[in-house]
Amino acid sequence: MSTSRSHAQDILPGFVDEVFDAQACFRLCLEAFSFPARILELPVDLSPPAPMNPAAAACLLTLADMDTPVWLDHAAAETSAVADFLRFHRGVRMTAAPRECHFALVCDAGHLPAPERFALGSDEYPEASSTVLVQVEDFDIDAGPLWHGPGLREPVRLWPRDLPETFLEERRAMSELFPRGVDYLFTCGRRLAALPRTTRLED
Amino acid sequence: MMADGTAETARPDSGYNFAYLDEQTKRMIRRAILKALAIPGHQVPFGSREMPLPYGWGTGGIQVTASVLGPDDRLKVIDQGADDTTNAVNIRRFFARTANVATTERTQEASLIQTRHRIPETQLQEGQILVYQVPIPEPLRWLEPRESETRKMHALSEYGIMHVRLYEDIAQWGRIANSYDYPVQVNGRYIARPSPIPKFDNPKMDMNPAIQLFGAGREKRIYAIPPYTKVKSLDFEDHPFDVETWDEPCALCSARNSYLDEIVTDDRGTRMFVCSDSDYCGQRRDAGHRGHQAPPAGLLGQTGGKENR
Repeated sequence: MSTSRSHAQDILPGFVDEVFDAQACFRLCLEAFSFPARILELPVDLSPPAPMNPAAAACLLTLADMDTPVWLDHAAAETSAVADFLRFHRGVRMTAAPRECHFALVCDAGHLPAPERFALGSDEYPEASSTVLVQVEDFDIDAGPLWHGPGLREPVRLWPRDLPETFLEERRAMSELFPRGVDYLFTCGRRLAALPRTTRLED
Repeated sequence: MMADGTAETARPDSGYNFAYLDEQTKRMIRRAILKALAIPGHQVPFGSREMPLPYGWGTGGIQVTASVLGPDDRLKVIDQGADDTTNAVNIRRFFARTANVATTERTQEASLIQTRHRIPETQLQEGQILVYQVPIPEPLRWLEPRESETRKMHALSEYGIMHVRLYEDIAQWGRIANSYDYPVQVNGRYIARPSPIPKFDNPKMDMNPAIQLFGAGREKRIYAIPPYTKVKSLDFEDHPFDVETWDEPCALCSARNSYLDEIVTDDRGTRMFVCSDSDYCGQRRDAGHRGHQAPPAGLLGQTGGKENR
């Protein structure tokens, strides 16, 4: 992959089947948002450009397009490969301002920006908020805080590794803003788990 | 699971994309659905499309179903609880033609159920998706016609106007008079309309393991109730919420715990009460339950569980 803009022949393929792969990946996202903190496995094959992992790429190919500005963190934007991939397959427009993005891709989880740096929506239009995809090294299911809220019959533990120490404090503060907030999708290789804004830390 | 095998067989009506809607429209609706799940009960605006049937016939529900549906799904469609009414038959055939999806009338076999005005009697399971057709999504609309005002009320969780309305019912009638489309509060926050289901069905929404999605085509709104979410029917401490009961059981299957429709059988006022959920009633009769007006075994051909592919 060249460091400047990719040549057309460098751009990696997207979904094998645009219609059915997107549908299957949407159902994965639907399940992830319906059952927060549940770790799910990607049902399709995808070889996205580094450093984007297959699960994050699948979510963006499923949900992003010319109507949804995407913000890339410094790690995702290190080469133009990720941006070129999204531009080529979905006509996605990149934005330099996280506060304007529909989707954010954070490949350096250790430097995940605080929620208020993204779009939180307004009390009238809370849906006008960012969905933040965070690539992590692994999921710990025995460690971390207890999460509870809609979609969880009983509280569960989940800790997406390498998040900054401030994450839990920020998350707690964000819950106070409800219905404003951002929704997180954590991805790891071919796996993902969601923590939408309604999923709260056990008090 | 994808591409090769299924892709070939799953495009019967050439000239249309899978499940009718184009992919960009589906993406827009899918984004709205995910935000709706993240903010339970909040109405998310979406770019509702012209559908090949008029508003009021389930265009919102159809657009949600079209965006969710896949080749591995098994679809059930009900209208007032019945699988064999015009609206249900048409919508089922629409998706059989545009998505070649398998259909069923059995609640427990369906992965996706589109419904008009009922929640099936059979307990839904985790993994099932229930799509409601919604005529008017805004619970405060008849109390406050201005969208700008109702939006503010939701934003501030300022629902006094609704409680006054319910209280006026009690002052005038001695009870809350809504028998259908009875307002609910989702996860302790947003007040939402459950669509015109009888209030009998309201308790089924609470902590339901299925994903509940609501589509209003004309009003261009999508909202959702995630699984295992608290859904409370509004009431007062001294006037607690209750559901309808009947003096007699279903005349065909003798069920006492299901929602009954009154059917007038002649012009002298004779009537019978039968299950509104045709699949539930049929399955009970198949299992040997017989009501006091059930025809002799074998005479009544129709029972639940017909399948078509």
